[in-house]
Amino acid sequence: MSKKRNAFHVARWGSTGIACTLAVAAMADDLAGSGKLLLTGGVTQLEGSAGGGLTPWAVIGGYGTSDQIGANVFYTNVRSQDYQLDSRGALIGLYDRVELSIAKQTFDTRDVGAALGLGQHFKFNQDIVGVKVKVAGDAVLEQSDWLPQIAVGTQFKHNDKGAVVRAVGAKDSSGVDFYVTATKLLLDQSLLLNGTLRATRANQLGILGFGGDKKNGYSVEPEISLAWLLRRDLAIGAEYRAKPNNLGIAKEDAFYDAFVAWAPNKHVSVTLAYADLGNIVIKDKQHAPYLSVQAGF
Amino acid sequence: MKIRLKMALALAMCCNALLPPAHADDDLVVFHAFGDKAGLARVMDDFMTNLLADPRIGRFFAKVDQTHLKAELTDQFCAILNGPCAYSGKPMDEVHSGLHITEANFNALVEDLQVAMDKNNVPFSAQNKLLARLAPMHRVVVED
Repeated sequence: MSKKRNAFHVARWGSTGIACTLAVAAMADDLAGSGKLLLTGGVTQLEGSAGGGLTPWAVIGGYGTSDQIGANVFYTNVRSQDYQLDSRGALIGLYDRVELSIAKQTFDTRDVGAALGLGQHFKFNQDIVGVKVKVAGDAVLEQSDWLPQIAVGTQFKHNDKGAVVRAVGAKDSSGVDFYVTATKLLLDQSLLLNGTLRATRANQLGILGFGGDKKNGYSVEPEISLAWLLRRDLAIGAEYRAKPNNLGIAKEDAFYDAFVAWAPNKHVSVTLAYADLGNIVIKDKQHAPYLSVQAGF
Repeated sequence: MKIRLKMALALAMCCNALLPPAHADDDLVVFHAFGDKAGLARVMDDFMTNLLADPRIGRFFAKVDQTHLKAELTDQFCAILNGPCAYSGKPMDEVHSGLHITEANFNALVEDLQVAMDKNNVPFSAQNKLLARLAPMHRVVVED
């Protein structure tokens, strides 16, 4: 072949390649186009699911609408007087219908670890895989009827300190939480309401294992969030999360928090909260500042 | 006795007629928050500018008669907010049929409207009350 014909073929395939890349990029731009309104994908709760800070909501995480996908990574730090919890993970939201999440929690017992004979800064690590499916409604668009957005979900949890959790009375180091959750944004009142019912055997979210000497079966625990939208990018709210009491030696209380969530754009959000964590093992009246950052699209 | 009763009734009816209707003020609070029809027209001006400049949905508006559309939107939103206007345009499903509008497109329009309302200092709570009344339109605007 002559050099001219070679050049022609290279140019033709090259321009086709460029056109294809642009088309894929355009599709990718639409697919990852972050179509949801600001803050309507929620933030990420302690176990890695989209929602408030403590509890999952019916919203599917990320900013993808029904033709799009979205994703987030998060890091949360909760430091009480005697303990510290770090939680980090990622989620992907598919077509505003399915949410898949992973999270790793590290619970640092600090001085309590030494007091319990486990060692200073003894840490429990828990891996959590979450699946959530929206089954009805739309929290934002359905403003003319009472139907909330409803989702069902599970959180598969595994704790790496099996021997220790059994020593405090837990029966298992792995467990599964099941939940149903309903979210409604009342635009007329600039108010978001969420109610969750969770079936769980987890002690302190699973950080102290699952089941116990006091109670071994599933408990159904309610979780409630309320958020008031102050601006497109700013919400304040409060949450309540009831907990089971499965362990004889470690009384467990409900969690409460009050939070401020700020999303300057669709790629970053910051949540500051103050949490009342109640009794955790040998230390009572734990309360903690809570800081969470989320990034994604 | 009968005459006194009649007078009492007449008085009551007369006074009732002078009183404003029970909920009128409440109904118009949001309309007033927008600056009445003139304020809405200003918001629609900025709204139109935002829509045309929006790379996500500008193409839907590039060829419309902007003056006409702005006037119709003003009338429509004014009526939705209980103002003294009547929307005389085509029904929403007719206007949007065949345009393949997605939820993302719909939300993009909402955002352009929010920016216009912010620019005109409409209080956020009033903005949300308007959006609450516009939201049900998604059923006929967004293609399933």
